[in-house]
Amino acid sequence: MLKILKYSFYDLMRSRWSYVYFAFYLLLGVVLLFLNNDLSKAVITLMNVIIVLVPLIGTIFGVMYYYNSKEFTELLLAQPLKRSSIFLGQYLGVALSLSMSLILGLGLPFIFYGLFKSTAIWDFSLLLVTGTFLTFIFTALAFNIALSNENKIKGFGYAILMWLFLGIIYDGLFLMSLVLFEDYPLDKISLIGTMLNPIDLSRTLILLKLDISALLGYTGAVFKQFFGTNFGLVISFGMLVLWVVSPLMRIIFKSKRKDF
Amino acid sequence: MVNIQDLHKAFGKNQVLSGVNLSIKEGGIFAVLGPNGSGKTTLIKSILGMVIPNKGSISIQGKHIKNNSSYRQHIDYLPQIANFPSNLKVKELIKMIKDLRGKTTEDERLIQLFKLEPFLDKKLGTLSGGTKQKVNLVLTFMFNSPLIILDEPTSGLDPISLLRLKDLIQAEKAKGKTILITSHIMSFVEEISDEIVFILEGKIYFKGTVSELKTKTSQPDFEHAIASILTENHA
Repeated sequence: MLKILKYSFYDLMRSRWSYVYFAFYLLLGVVLLFLNNDLSKAVITLMNVIIVLVPLIGTIFGVMYYYNSKEFTELLLAQPLKRSSIFLGQYLGVALSLSMSLILGLGLPFIFYGLFKSTAIWDFSLLLVTGTFLTFIFTALAFNIALSNENKIKGFGYAILMWLFLGIIYDGLFLMSLVLFEDYPLDKISLIGTMLNPIDLSRTLILLKLDISALLGYTGAVFKQFFGTNFGLVISFGMLVLWVVSPLMRIIFKSKRKDF
Repeated sequence: MVNIQDLHKAFGKNQVLSGVNLSIKEGGIFAVLGPNGSGKTTLIKSILGMVIPNKGSISIQGKHIKNNSSYRQHIDYLPQIANFPSNLKVKELIKMIKDLRGKTTEDERLIQLFKLEPFLDKKLGTLSGGTKQKVNLVLTFMFNSPLIILDEPTSGLDPISLLRLKDLIQAEKAKGKTILITSHIMSFVEEISDEIVFILEGKIYFKGTVSELKTKTSQPDFEHAIASILTENHA
């Protein structure tokens, strides 16, 4: 698996898109710092961008890489390699190179701005950690979609729909259901609802860490009570790990049964 | 060497292989023939484990291939369409495959044989079809495996390379290897193969030597013998 990982990673590092992605984050970091003139404020703005954009990039890159490396995959399949190591190797190659672009692209400007001397360092680290989690989650979901769809156009369509659903539609439905059932106690439901969507979960985690949960009103208090504790934190990171592991299990399962 | 029992495979509603029984002994050149869509490539891909059969079993060198990947160490495979990652250089691809499968020194001799030196630093995406096929041949023949599977090895090759390929195949046979070939070029098949396996509608229709086929169909030459099978079965 490590050899496949090495080649996929190497292949991606040479492709233009990794640099575009890296340059984009570099620019974003610099511009935000320049406009906000303050590390903590830049972190909040950055969160809003990352929470939506990282899943989108992970999804598109994942699907694109899978379809583009079809030939490479077929070449590897005839070699004495396990299917699971071929696909996991490719997946890790994509996810790692994307995470690296994210961490370096955002990290460099913040470090030069004096991140290590600032109190925002933990907030910023949490931001990068959740960003990395989101990359791993959405790349894995994208690989799943691509594995199940031979047709590229369909695969792309489903992948974008998935991102749209988890990133935007889910929130809408969630809010509507909260309004609809406002006469009932909703703390537990909304907690569970948040847990079930990796994007919402990441957003909540960061918001609470940033100590602006007062903006969230009563729900914020309930959330703070839950996520603020160590137990809540462990559960939420457990959920994120689960969101990475379960699509990976399906990749292994699906790839074993697929014809090439 | 290769033992296939009651192999079934369907892609959706399209039943491609329906009960293939085939045993191939060690040593010699076997040609797998059949009309388009008869299941030749599916059969070969099943042997390689790229296609998962619905039913039936395959064993290679006495070992079942299900849920196994190490047996492919003993197979050299030439895919039908030489599709390679287009942003890799020829040199890098050869290095990568060597890295994945183990050391060999044969590659240099083969590169010389097919006159590929000027292309080593070119990207695979920029190569012509014939040159790609030559790279494909180098990758296949550079390892010393007892079973060689060639899917349409002649496609896109110029006459000189074709001659070299024939010599190469004969040389491998002389080492006692088993070689499985599919081809649509009948003269090539007739010249090179020891035995023929004819697939029709997902089953083995005939297995034997060229002269046996001629007697069976009572036709004077090989091409007409094949044609008569096809017209009789209105395929």
